[in-house]
Amino acid sequence: MRLDQLPLHQQSRIASIDWNDLSPREAQRLRELGFDDGVEIEALHRGALKGPLACRVGRMIIALRRGVAASVTVEPA
Amino acid sequence: MNPAPMVALVGNPNAGKSALFNALTGARQKVGNYPGVTVERKVGRMALDDGRPLELVDLPGTYSLDPQSPDEQVTRDVLFGRQEGERTPSALVVVIDATNLDNHLRFVLQLIALGLPTVVALNMIDMAARDGLEIDVSHLSAELGVPVVATVAVRKRGLNELRDALGRAVGGGGKAIFAQEESKGISTLQREARRIAAAVTTQERQTNPWTKRVDRIALHPVIGPILLAGLMFVMFQAVYSWSKVPIEWLASLQAWLGTQAVTHLPDNILRSLLVEGVINGVGSVVAYLPQILILFFFILLLEASGYMVRAAFLMDRLMAGVGLSGRAFIPLLSSFGCAIPGIMATRSIDDPKDRLTTILIAPLMTCSARLPVYAVVIGAFIPAKKVLPGVGLQGLVLFCLYLAGIMGSMLVAALFKRTITKGGGGGFLMEMPKYQMPVWRDVALGLWQRAYLFMRRAGTVILWVTIALWALTSFPKAPDGVKQSEYSIAGRIASGIEPIVRPVGFNHALALAIIPAMAAREVAVSALQTVYSIDSGDDEKLGQERLATRLRGAWSLPTALAFLAWFVFAPQCLSTIAVIRRETNGWRWPLFALGYLFTLAWCAAGITFWTATALGL
Repeated sequence: MRLDQLPLHQQSRIASIDWNDLSPREAQRLRELGFDDGVEIEALHRGALKGPLACRVGRMIIALRRGVAASVTVEPA
Repeated sequence: MNPAPMVALVGNPNAGKSALFNALTGARQKVGNYPGVTVERKVGRMALDDGRPLELVDLPGTYSLDPQSPDEQVTRDVLFGRQEGERTPSALVVVIDATNLDNHLRFVLQLIALGLPTVVALNMIDMAARDGLEIDVSHLSAELGVPVVATVAVRKRGLNELRDALGRAVGGGGKAIFAQEESKGISTLQREARRIAAAVTTQERQTNPWTKRVDRIALHPVIGPILLAGLMFVMFQAVYSWSKVPIEWLASLQAWLGTQAVTHLPDNILRSLLVEGVINGVGSVVAYLPQILILFFFILLLEASGYMVRAAFLMDRLMAGVGLSGRAFIPLLSSFGCAIPGIMATRSIDDPKDRLTTILIAPLMTCSARLPVYAVVIGAFIPAKKVLPGVGLQGLVLFCLYLAGIMGSMLVAALFKRTITKGGGGGFLMEMPKYQMPVWRDVALGLWQRAYLFMRRAGTVILWVTIALWALTSFPKAPDGVKQSEYSIAGRIASGIEPIVRPVGFNHALALAIIPAMAAREVAVSALQTVYSIDSGDDEKLGQERLATRLRGAWSLPTALAFLAWFVFAPQCLSTIAVIRRETNGWRWPLFALGYLFTLAWCAAGITFWTATALGL
């Protein structure tokens, strides 16, 4: 399942990230914010009208747009 | 004499770095800029317990040493000893958030690899305890191979231990083995960081119940935006209502100074310069200090509490519509008070093209300096009748002027993002910090720094500009029977630009009023008073009423409406242009902004004038 489709408050884990789908800048930022295979992830909030997504990654809360979230594949924890 | 050793404070954003900097240096700090870039340089002095002085430099909060943004570039260059205007640090203090070890440790590993003597400040250890995290500090120190000190910067805890460790690092460490470029990939370091974090941390219970609870309301798709709108409403109310009394104080101080100068100095050119140029000119700008401070009070509060990023989250969808991101929201919001702090606040936007677009549209937000102009013209020409129960026509016109600015800025942003600032697309990807109680000392310090920067500018750039404008309106001296306002250089320039603005309904008096209004918009009011030979005297209200009567006699309604439309767009503020120059490092963009805004103002005034005339108003 892709991160942008993940139902809220469902404990999950990052299965893989399609780095090639992302701009070098976005990829770098995602890495710096702790996105990596195997990291715990949970969707917390969705902005209205296809707005951004807030999710817990490890111990941080990260806001990102759905387009970027679509490059992250998740699996149940 | 040997200068005091320099120690650099480094860390991720939201690690409490600035709080630690304030706690270590107190008010003994200076804020400036690195040469050639718009990155703030904060330096403070501190003394070790044995009396040795240290210079502490607060580097911008960054996630890594990859030079993506100017902030990161500066951090990197300072650490490698390549930053112009900065010495190579003798030691590093790396600040990390104890509740967020998995991520912050990765940056620590990157920094330790540089080989400089390093001390780690394990900050917010109280929050970790509150979250049910127990961290084995000595184990962490052993894993990293550098001293680790637990601190709570906002409560000033752990500072003695930190100074001790720093004393040993600076004193005994010998020379730094210099600094290789980091070799390991970020993912490798990330995994190493997670391993260490897991090894030293014991989780006792669920984390952060507080932040989760607040976010359920603050980020709710329906309640969240309503809450944000409510907060903005309170903020603007406060900016206008709280500032009334201090603005009156400043105005009476200015009047008192003017009177003193008039009574004690002989009537000559020097007195004219002092009273009309310096006191009134600089005074008209300093009058905004209360509003700017109130605005910044709210912004600092919202930032320190962690709400600001939530506001950006809520606004991102809307801003994405014109090609910007949620981050542009805060600077634009500030610009409703004054474009100057707004443009300075664009530094938080890391994408250079998004930042430039935001800088260029910030002057379109209706700042408080437009209000006196709007108030006079609306008061004179728009009847105070009700169009709907509770909705007055005057208020409605004012609202439309605000709306015209916002709509204009959105159209311009959409246009720019498709042409001159195309590409980039930093998107929206940011960490949402935990909510926390703002530390009043830090808010007060931040306010003081803003006030100081603003006053320094008022004392330099604005002073010279007002003196120049004074000269333009005072020379050459008019012979008897001829109005000074017409005979002066400014009057002649007005005659020169009159043909340009005549098609949009402006007469010579209007052309003349907009010249001194280049210093600051509200000067247009006093300029009109001069042009229509109204002695504003002691009673400002009476003066304004007489001006309104005169304007009704001298202008048609289409002209008045065109004048309002002009002021929605025209870049009548040299301080804004000066700030754009500083923030973009050159004359290219401020000149561009002047050009496009004047064009827009001319078109808007023209369309308004022609439409109103055609409708027979």
